[in-house]
Amino acid sequence: MINKALSVANAVEMIPDGASLMIGGFMGTGSPHRLIEELVRQGRKNLTVIANDTARPGLAIGKLIDAKLVRRVIASHIGTNPETQRQMIAGEIEVELVPQGTLVERIRAGGYGLGAVVTPTGLGTTVATGKRTIEIDGKPFLVEIPLKADFALLLAHRADYLGNLDYELTARNFNPIMALAADKVIAEPVEIVPVGVISPDEVVTPFVLVDHVIERDRRAYGQ
Amino acid sequence: MDSKILIAKRVALELTNGQLVNLGIGLPTLVAKYLPPGIQVYFQSENGFVGMAPVPEEGMENEFGVDAGGAFIGAIPGACSIDSALSFGLIRGGHLDATVLGGLEVDEQGQLANWMVPGKMVPGMGGAMDLVTGAKQVIVAMVHTAKGVPKILKKCKLPLTSVRRVSLIVTDLAVIEPTEQGLVLREVAPGVTVQQVVAATEAKLIIPEHVPEMGVTEEAEAIPAGGV
Repeated sequence: MINKALSVANAVEMIPDGASLMIGGFMGTGSPHRLIEELVRQGRKNLTVIANDTARPGLAIGKLIDAKLVRRVIASHIGTNPETQRQMIAGEIEVELVPQGTLVERIRAGGYGLGAVVTPTGLGTTVATGKRTIEIDGKPFLVEIPLKADFALLLAHRADYLGNLDYELTARNFNPIMALAADKVIAEPVEIVPVGVISPDEVVTPFVLVDHVIERDRRAYGQ
Repeated sequence: MDSKILIAKRVALELTNGQLVNLGIGLPTLVAKYLPPGIQVYFQSENGFVGMAPVPEEGMENEFGVDAGGAFIGAIPGACSIDSALSFGLIRGGHLDATVLGGLEVDEQGQLANWMVPGKMVPGMGGAMDLVTGAKQVIVAMVHTAKGVPKILKKCKLPLTSVRRVSLIVTDLAVIEPTEQGLVLREVAPGVTVQQVVAATEAKLIIPEHVPEMGVTEEAEAIPAGGV
Protein backbone atom coordinates (compact mmCIF):
# COMPACT_ATOMS: atom_id res chain seq x y z
CA MET A 1 0.00 0.00 0.00
CA ILE A 2 1.18 3.52 -0.75
CA ASN A 3 2.31 5.24 2.43
CA LYS A 4 1.12 8.82 2.56
CA ALA A 5 2.37 9.50 6.08
CA LEU A 6 4.80 12.37 6.39
CA SER A 7 6.24 14.30 9.30
CA VAL A 8 5.04 17.88 9.58
CA ALA A 9 8.64 19.08 8.99
CA ASN A 10 9.02 17.03 5.81
CA ALA A 11 5.64 18.20 4.54
CA VAL A 12 6.54 21.86 4.94
CA GLU A 13 9.95 21.28 3.32
CA MET A 14 8.03 20.54 0.09
CA ILE A 15 6.51 24.02 0.13
CA PRO A 16 8.77 26.62 -1.54
CA ASP A 17 8.94 30.35 -0.83
CA GLY A 18 6.35 32.17 -2.93
CA ALA A 19 3.91 29.24 -2.94
CA SER A 20 0.16 29.74 -3.04
CA LEU A 21 -1.65 27.98 -0.20
CA MET A 22 -5.29 27.25 0.38
CA ILE A 23 -5.70 26.88 4.14
CA GLY A 24 -8.87 25.50 5.68
CA GLY A 25 -10.51 27.00 8.74
CA PHE A 26 -12.90 29.66 9.91
CA MET A 27 -11.47 31.96 12.58
CA GLY A 28 -8.92 29.24 13.31
CA THR A 29 -11.49 26.46 13.82
CA GLY A 30 -10.63 23.80 11.26
CA SER A 31 -7.20 25.23 10.45
CA PRO A 32 -4.18 22.88 10.37
CA HIS A 33 -2.34 24.38 13.34
CA ARG A 34 0.74 22.14 13.23
CA LEU A 35 1.37 22.84 9.54
CA ILE A 36 0.98 26.57 10.14
CA GLU A 37 3.38 26.52 13.09
CA GLU A 38 5.91 24.59 11.01
CA LEU A 39 5.65 27.13 8.16
CA VAL A 40 6.54 29.78 10.72
CA ARG A 41 9.39 27.68 12.17
CA GLN A 42 10.89 27.08 8.73
CA GLY A 43 10.25 30.72 7.75
CA ARG A 44 8.56 30.23 4.36
CA LYS A 45 8.25 33.65 2.73
CA ASN A 46 6.19 35.53 0.13
CA LEU A 47 3.23 33.22 0.51
CA THR A 48 -0.16 33.72 -1.08
CA VAL A 49 -2.87 32.59 1.32
CA ILE A 50 -6.38 31.77 0.16
CA ALA A 51 -8.62 31.28 3.18
CA ASN A 52 -11.86 32.49 4.66
CA ASP A 53 -10.13 34.86 7.08
CA THR A 54 -6.83 35.53 8.83
CA ALA A 55 -8.12 34.65 12.32
CA ARG A 56 -6.57 36.76 15.07
CA PRO A 57 -2.99 37.72 15.91
CA GLY A 58 -1.36 34.67 17.50
CA LEU A 59 -4.03 32.27 16.22
CA ALA A 60 -3.83 29.93 13.20
CA ILE A 61 -3.31 31.92 9.96
CA GLY A 62 -2.75 34.96 12.17
CA LYS A 63 0.64 33.42 13.05
CA LEU A 64 1.72 33.60 9.38
CA ILE A 65 0.63 37.25 9.29
CA ASP A 66 2.45 38.02 12.57
CA ALA A 67 5.67 36.53 11.15
CA LYS A 68 5.27 38.59 7.93
CA LEU A 69 5.43 35.51 5.74
CA VAL A 70 2.42 36.45 3.61
CA ARG A 71 2.58 38.71 0.55
CA ARG A 72 -0.99 38.28 -0.65
CA VAL A 73 -4.28 37.29 0.97
CA ILE A 74 -7.53 36.32 -0.74
CA ALA A 75 -10.19 36.16 1.99
CA SER A 76 -13.74 37.18 2.87
CA HIS A 77 -12.93 38.81 6.19
CA ILE A 78 -9.92 40.35 7.92
CA GLY A 79 -11.85 42.36 10.51
CA THR A 80 -10.78 40.18 13.41
CA ASN A 81 -7.09 40.63 12.67
CA PRO A 82 -5.87 44.22 13.12
CA GLU A 83 -2.35 43.14 12.12
CA THR A 84 -3.57 42.08 8.65
CA GLN A 85 -5.28 45.46 8.32
CA ARG A 86 -2.15 47.27 9.48
CA GLN A 87 0.05 45.45 6.96
CA MET A 88 -2.53 46.11 4.23
CA ILE A 89 -2.64 49.86 4.95
CA ALA A 90 1.18 49.95 5.13
CA GLY A 91 1.32 48.33 1.69
CA GLU A 92 3.21 45.27 2.98
CA ILE A 93 0.48 42.84 2.09
CA GLU A 94 -2.00 42.74 -0.77
CA VAL A 95 -5.55 41.82 0.25
CA GLU A 96 -8.36 40.80 -2.08
CA LEU A 97 -11.69 40.71 -0.25
CA VAL A 98 -14.25 38.31 -1.72
CA PRO A 99 -17.79 37.61 -0.50
CA GLN A 100 -17.66 34.35 1.41
CA GLY A 101 -20.11 32.50 -0.81
CA THR A 102 -18.28 33.68 -3.91
CA LEU A 103 -14.93 32.71 -2.38
CA VAL A 104 -16.00 29.14 -1.69
CA GLU A 105 -17.62 28.87 -5.13
CA ARG A 106 -14.46 30.19 -6.84
CA ILE A 107 -12.49 27.51 -5.02
CA ARG A 108 -15.12 24.92 -5.92
CA ALA A 109 -15.00 26.03 -9.56
CA GLY A 110 -11.22 25.66 -9.53
CA GLY A 111 -11.51 22.16 -8.14
CA TYR A 112 -14.42 21.01 -10.29
CA GLY A 113 -13.04 22.25 -13.61
CA LEU A 114 -15.62 24.96 -14.13
CA GLY A 115 -14.75 28.05 -16.18
CA ALA A 116 -16.35 30.64 -13.94
CA VAL A 117 -18.78 31.39 -11.17
CA VAL A 118 -21.77 33.40 -12.34
CA THR A 119 -23.54 35.04 -9.40
CA PRO A 120 -25.68 38.04 -8.45
CA THR A 121 -23.67 38.50 -5.21
CA GLY A 122 -21.59 41.68 -5.46
CA LEU A 123 -23.46 43.22 -8.41
CA GLY A 124 -23.65 46.99 -8.08
CA THR A 125 -21.08 47.01 -5.25
CA THR A 126 -17.34 47.66 -5.08
CA VAL A 127 -16.86 43.90 -5.60
CA ALA A 128 -18.00 44.31 -9.22
CA THR A 129 -15.27 46.85 -10.06
CA GLY A 130 -13.31 45.73 -13.12
CA LYS A 131 -15.30 42.52 -13.53
CA ARG A 132 -17.46 41.30 -16.39
CA THR A 133 -21.21 41.09 -16.03
CA ILE A 134 -23.41 38.92 -18.21
CA GLU A 135 -27.13 38.65 -18.68
CA ILE A 136 -28.84 35.28 -18.58
CA ASP A 137 -32.60 35.06 -19.20
CA GLY A 138 -32.87 38.79 -18.62
CA LYS A 139 -31.05 38.79 -15.27
CA PRO A 140 -27.61 40.34 -14.69
CA PHE A 141 -24.80 38.32 -13.09
CA LEU A 142 -21.22 38.96 -12.10
CA VAL A 143 -18.55 36.70 -13.60
CA GLU A 144 -16.07 35.49 -10.99
CA ILE A 145 -12.92 33.56 -11.86
CA PRO A 146 -11.97 30.15 -10.41
CA LEU A 147 -9.22 29.87 -7.81
CA LYS A 148 -6.49 27.24 -7.63
CA ALA A 149 -3.39 26.91 -5.48
CA ASP A 150 -0.09 25.05 -5.32
CA PHE A 151 -0.97 23.44 -1.99
CA ALA A 152 -4.07 22.85 0.09
CA LEU A 153 -3.40 22.54 3.82
CA LEU A 154 -6.36 20.89 5.49
CA LEU A 155 -7.45 19.93 8.96
CA ALA A 156 -9.39 16.66 9.08
CA HIS A 157 -10.91 14.87 12.04
CA ARG A 158 -9.95 11.33 11.02
CA ALA A 159 -7.69 10.15 8.23
CA ASP A 160 -7.19 6.48 7.36
CA TYR A 161 -3.91 5.10 6.02
CA LEU A 162 -5.10 5.67 2.45
CA GLY A 163 -5.95 9.31 3.08
CA ASN A 164 -9.74 9.15 3.28
CA LEU A 165 -10.89 12.05 5.45
CA ASP A 166 -13.81 13.05 7.59
CA TYR A 167 -14.36 16.22 9.56
CA GLU A 168 -15.82 17.30 12.88
CA LEU A 169 -18.64 19.82 13.34
CA THR A 170 -17.78 23.35 12.19
CA ALA A 171 -14.12 22.44 11.61
CA ARG A 172 -15.28 21.16 8.22
CA ASN A 173 -15.94 24.58 6.57
CA PHE A 174 -13.63 25.17 3.55
CA ASN A 175 -11.52 22.02 3.99
CA PRO A 176 -13.39 19.54 1.75
CA ILE A 177 -13.79 22.15 -1.01
CA MET A 178 -10.10 23.07 -1.01
CA ALA A 179 -9.20 19.37 -1.29
CA LEU A 180 -9.99 19.52 -5.01
CA ALA A 181 -8.45 22.87 -5.89
CA ALA A 182 -4.71 22.48 -5.27
CA ASP A 183 -1.88 20.64 -7.00
CA LYS A 184 -0.78 19.00 -3.73
CA VAL A 185 -3.09 18.26 -0.85
CA ILE A 186 -1.69 17.85 2.65
CA ALA A 187 -4.08 16.77 5.38
CA GLU A 188 -3.41 17.17 9.08
CA PRO A 189 -5.76 14.79 10.91
CA VAL A 190 -6.63 14.87 14.58
CA GLU A 191 -6.73 11.05 14.53
CA ILE A 192 -5.33 8.37 12.22
CA VAL A 193 -7.34 5.17 11.88
CA PRO A 194 -6.98 1.91 9.92
CA VAL A 195 -8.55 1.69 6.48
CA GLY A 196 -12.21 0.71 6.80
CA VAL A 197 -12.83 2.47 10.10
CA ILE A 198 -14.23 5.44 8.20
CA SER A 199 -17.03 3.67 6.33
CA PRO A 200 -17.60 4.47 2.65
CA ASP A 201 -20.68 6.50 3.52
CA GLU A 202 -18.79 8.57 6.07
CA VAL A 203 -15.85 9.51 3.86
CA VAL A 204 -16.17 13.19 2.99
CA THR A 205 -12.89 13.65 1.10
CA PRO A 206 -11.93 10.56 -0.94
CA PHE A 207 -8.34 9.34 -0.60
CA VAL A 208 -7.59 9.90 -4.29
CA LEU A 209 -7.48 13.64 -3.62
CA VAL A 210 -5.06 13.49 -0.70
CA ASP A 211 -1.32 13.38 -1.37
CA HIS A 212 0.06 13.41 2.18
CA VAL A 213 -1.20 12.78 5.69
CA ILE A 214 0.68 14.39 8.55
CA GLU A 215 1.84 11.88 11.15
CA ARG A 216 0.42 12.22 14.60
CA ASP A 217 2.37 14.23 17.12
CA ARG A 218 4.43 11.56 18.87
CA ARG A 219 5.25 13.93 21.70
CA ALA A 220 1.63 14.40 22.65
CA TYR A 221 1.53 11.22 24.78
CA GLY A 222 5.20 11.04 25.72
CA GLN A 223 6.25 8.69 22.90
CA MET B 1 -37.19 48.45 27.68
CA ASP B 2 -33.59 48.37 26.50
CA SER B 3 -33.57 49.45 22.86
CA LYS B 4 -31.66 46.38 21.67
CA ILE B 5 -34.07 44.05 23.44
CA LEU B 6 -36.99 45.94 21.94
CA ILE B 7 -35.54 45.50 18.45
CA ALA B 8 -34.78 41.81 19.04
CA LYS B 9 -38.31 41.15 20.35
CA ARG B 10 -39.91 42.89 17.39
CA VAL B 11 -37.74 41.06 14.86
CA ALA B 12 -38.62 37.76 16.55
CA LEU B 13 -42.31 38.38 15.76
CA GLU B 14 -41.45 38.19 12.05
CA LEU B 15 -40.27 34.59 12.29
CA THR B 16 -42.65 31.70 11.70
CA ASN B 17 -42.61 28.02 12.59
CA GLY B 18 -40.10 25.82 10.80
CA GLN B 19 -38.08 28.60 9.16
CA LEU B 20 -34.36 28.38 8.50
CA VAL B 21 -32.85 31.58 9.88
CA ASN B 22 -29.39 33.15 9.90
CA LEU B 23 -28.61 35.72 12.58
CA GLY B 24 -25.75 38.17 12.17
CA ILE B 25 -23.20 38.82 14.90
CA GLY B 26 -24.13 41.31 17.63
CA LEU B 27 -27.65 42.65 18.04
CA PRO B 28 -29.24 40.12 15.64
CA THR B 29 -27.98 37.23 17.80
CA LEU B 30 -30.31 38.46 20.57
CA VAL B 31 -33.34 37.54 18.46
CA ALA B 32 -32.90 33.86 19.34
CA LYS B 33 -33.72 34.67 22.97
CA TYR B 34 -37.08 36.27 22.24
CA LEU B 35 -38.92 33.87 19.96
CA PRO B 36 -42.64 33.90 20.71
CA PRO B 37 -43.95 30.80 22.55
CA GLY B 38 -44.69 27.89 20.25
CA ILE B 39 -42.43 29.11 17.46
CA GLN B 40 -39.54 26.84 16.54
CA VAL B 41 -37.08 28.02 13.96
CA TYR B 42 -33.80 26.45 12.91
CA PHE B 43 -30.68 28.54 13.13
CA GLN B 44 -27.96 28.30 10.54
CA SER B 45 -24.40 29.32 11.27
CA GLU B 46 -22.66 30.42 8.06
CA ASN B 47 -19.46 28.58 9.01
CA GLY B 48 -21.31 25.34 8.40
CA PHE B 49 -24.03 24.30 10.81
CA VAL B 50 -27.80 23.92 10.78
CA GLY B 51 -29.57 23.55 14.11
CA MET B 52 -27.60 25.63 16.59
CA ALA B 53 -28.76 25.36 20.20
CA PRO B 54 -27.78 26.96 23.51
CA VAL B 55 -24.17 26.54 24.56
CA PRO B 56 -23.47 23.49 26.75
CA GLU B 57 -22.35 23.97 30.33
CA GLU B 58 -18.91 25.46 30.74
CA GLY B 59 -16.29 22.77 30.32
CA MET B 60 -18.58 20.58 28.20
CA GLU B 61 -18.17 22.49 24.93
CA ASN B 62 -16.70 20.83 21.84
CA GLU B 63 -13.71 22.82 20.57
CA PHE B 64 -14.86 22.22 16.98
CA GLY B 65 -18.41 23.45 17.53
CA VAL B 66 -18.40 27.23 17.17
CA ASP B 67 -20.48 29.94 15.51
CA ALA B 68 -19.33 32.48 12.94
CA GLY B 69 -18.10 34.72 15.74
CA GLY B 70 -15.98 31.91 17.20
CA ALA B 71 -18.25 31.35 20.23
CA PHE B 72 -19.10 27.80 21.31
CA ILE B 73 -22.46 26.42 20.19
CA GLY B 74 -24.70 23.52 21.07
CA ALA B 75 -26.79 21.43 18.71
CA ILE B 76 -30.47 20.47 18.59
CA PRO B 77 -31.27 16.80 17.90
CA GLY B 78 -31.16 16.52 14.12
CA ALA B 79 -28.56 19.23 13.66
CA CYS B 80 -26.20 18.92 10.68
CA SER B 81 -22.59 19.88 9.97
CA ILE B 82 -22.13 21.14 6.43
CA ASP B 83 -19.22 22.49 4.41
CA SER B 84 -18.93 26.12 3.36
CA ALA B 85 -20.17 25.48 -0.20
CA LEU B 86 -23.36 23.86 1.08
CA SER B 87 -23.73 26.53 3.74
CA PHE B 88 -23.61 29.26 1.11
CA GLY B 89 -25.66 27.14 -1.26
CA LEU B 90 -28.41 27.37 1.36
CA ILE B 91 -27.94 31.13 1.50
CA ARG B 92 -27.45 31.91 -2.18
CA GLY B 93 -29.80 29.28 -3.55
CA GLY B 94 -32.87 30.75 -1.89
CA HIS B 95 -33.19 28.07 0.82
CA LEU B 96 -32.72 30.44 3.73
CA ASP B 97 -36.06 31.86 4.87
CA ALA B 98 -34.71 34.86 6.73
CA THR B 99 -31.54 36.65 7.66
CA VAL B 100 -31.30 39.29 10.36
CA LEU B 101 -28.39 41.69 9.93
CA GLY B 102 -27.12 44.88 11.49
CA GLY B 103 -26.96 48.03 9.39
CA LEU B 104 -24.84 51.16 9.08
CA GLU B 105 -27.15 52.85 6.54
CA VAL B 106 -30.34 52.02 4.63
CA ASP B 107 -31.79 54.28 1.97
CA GLU B 108 -35.09 55.15 0.24
CA GLN B 109 -34.59 52.33 -2.24
CA GLY B 110 -34.23 49.91 0.66
CA GLN B 111 -30.58 49.31 -0.13
CA LEU B 112 -28.29 48.42 2.75
CA ALA B 113 -24.71 49.42 3.55
CA ASN B 114 -23.23 47.45 6.43
CA TRP B 115 -19.79 46.16 5.57
CA MET B 116 -17.23 48.95 5.42
CA VAL B 117 -16.38 52.56 6.21
CA PRO B 118 -13.75 53.70 3.68
CA GLY B 119 -10.57 54.87 5.35
CA LYS B 120 -11.74 53.72 8.78
CA MET B 121 -12.95 50.16 8.80
CA VAL B 122 -12.26 47.61 6.06
CA PRO B 123 -13.06 44.32 7.72
CA GLY B 124 -14.33 42.53 4.63
CA MET B 125 -17.87 41.54 3.80
CA GLY B 126 -17.69 37.98 5.11
CA GLY B 127 -21.06 36.45 4.26
CA ALA B 128 -23.09 39.70 4.33
CA MET B 129 -23.28 40.25 0.56
CA ASP B 130 -24.39 36.67 -0.02
CA LEU B 131 -26.99 36.86 2.75
CA VAL B 132 -28.52 40.14 1.57
CA THR B 133 -28.55 38.99 -2.06
CA GLY B 134 -29.77 35.44 -1.49
CA ALA B 135 -32.03 35.13 1.57
CA LYS B 136 -35.79 35.05 0.99
CA GLN B 137 -36.35 37.69 3.65
CA VAL B 138 -33.74 40.27 4.73
CA ILE B 139 -34.45 42.00 8.04
CA VAL B 140 -32.21 44.87 9.10
CA ALA B 141 -32.04 45.24 12.88
CA MET B 142 -30.38 48.47 14.00
CA VAL B 143 -30.74 51.53 16.19
CA HIS B 144 -32.51 54.32 14.30
CA THR B 145 -29.73 56.92 14.64
CA ALA B 146 -26.01 56.86 15.37
CA LYS B 147 -25.38 59.42 18.12
CA GLY B 148 -28.38 61.40 16.86
CA VAL B 149 -27.39 61.20 13.17
CA PRO B 150 -29.98 59.46 10.98
CA LYS B 151 -29.00 56.07 9.51
CA ILE B 152 -32.03 55.86 7.21
CA LEU B 153 -31.00 58.16 4.38
CA LYS B 154 -32.15 59.36 0.97
CA LYS B 155 -29.17 57.60 -0.54
CA CYS B 156 -26.52 55.46 1.16
CA LYS B 157 -23.16 57.21 1.40
CA LEU B 158 -21.24 54.09 2.38
CA PRO B 159 -20.49 51.28 -0.08
CA LEU B 160 -23.55 49.07 -0.59
CA THR B 161 -23.74 45.50 0.61
CA SER B 162 -26.16 44.60 -2.17
CA VAL B 163 -28.45 46.37 -4.64
CA ARG B 164 -31.26 44.08 -3.46
CA ARG B 165 -34.08 45.86 -1.62
CA VAL B 166 -34.25 44.61 1.97
CA SER B 167 -37.58 43.29 3.30
CA LEU B 168 -37.92 45.14 6.60
CA ILE B 169 -36.09 47.61 8.84
CA VAL B 170 -36.65 47.25 12.59
CA THR B 171 -35.23 49.98 14.84
CA ASP B 172 -35.72 51.22 18.39
CA LEU B 173 -38.19 53.79 17.01
CA ALA B 174 -40.04 52.11 14.17
CA VAL B 175 -40.74 49.28 11.77
CA ILE B 176 -40.25 50.41 8.18
CA GLU B 177 -41.00 48.42 5.06
CA PRO B 178 -39.13 49.31 1.87
CA THR B 179 -41.47 49.01 -1.12
CA GLU B 180 -41.41 49.87 -4.81
CA GLN B 181 -42.99 53.25 -3.91
CA GLY B 182 -40.56 53.98 -1.07
CA LEU B 183 -40.20 53.47 2.67
CA VAL B 184 -43.51 52.81 4.41
CA LEU B 185 -43.75 53.46 8.15
CA ARG B 186 -45.52 50.36 9.42
CA GLU B 187 -45.23 50.68 13.21
CA VAL B 188 -43.82 52.95 15.89
CA ALA B 189 -42.13 51.82 19.09
CA PRO B 190 -44.14 52.08 22.34
CA GLY B 191 -44.36 55.74 23.39
CA VAL B 192 -42.82 57.06 20.16
CA THR B 193 -44.77 59.41 17.87
CA VAL B 194 -44.81 59.43 14.08
CA GLN B 195 -43.32 62.93 14.22
CA GLN B 196 -40.37 61.67 16.28
CA VAL B 197 -39.68 58.95 13.70
CA VAL B 198 -39.87 61.45 10.83
CA ALA B 199 -37.50 63.82 12.65
CA ALA B 200 -34.95 61.03 13.16
CA THR B 201 -35.11 59.88 9.53
CA GLU B 202 -33.46 61.63 6.58
CA ALA B 203 -35.28 59.54 3.97
CA LYS B 204 -38.83 60.38 2.97
CA LEU B 205 -41.33 58.13 4.74
CA ILE B 206 -44.71 57.11 3.36
CA ILE B 207 -47.08 57.37 6.32
CA PRO B 208 -50.33 55.42 6.24
CA GLU B 209 -53.40 56.82 7.95
CA HIS B 210 -53.03 54.44 10.86
CA VAL B 211 -49.59 53.55 12.24
CA PRO B 212 -49.92 51.08 15.14
CA GLU B 213 -47.52 50.54 18.01
CA MET B 214 -45.17 47.55 17.88
CA GLY B 215 -46.80 44.53 19.49
CA VAL B 216 -43.94 43.74 21.84
CA THR B 217 -44.48 42.76 25.46
CA GLU B 218 -42.45 43.35 28.59
CA GLU B 219 -41.94 39.64 29.40
CA ALA B 220 -38.39 38.53 29.96
CA GLU B 221 -36.54 36.01 27.80
CA ALA B 222 -39.10 33.45 26.72
CA ILE B 223 -37.18 30.64 25.11
CA PRO B 224 -33.48 29.87 24.87
CA ALA B 225 -31.64 30.09 21.55
CA GLY B 226 -32.57 27.17 19.35
CA GLY B 227 -36.18 27.51 20.24
CA VAL B 228 -36.78 23.91 21.26
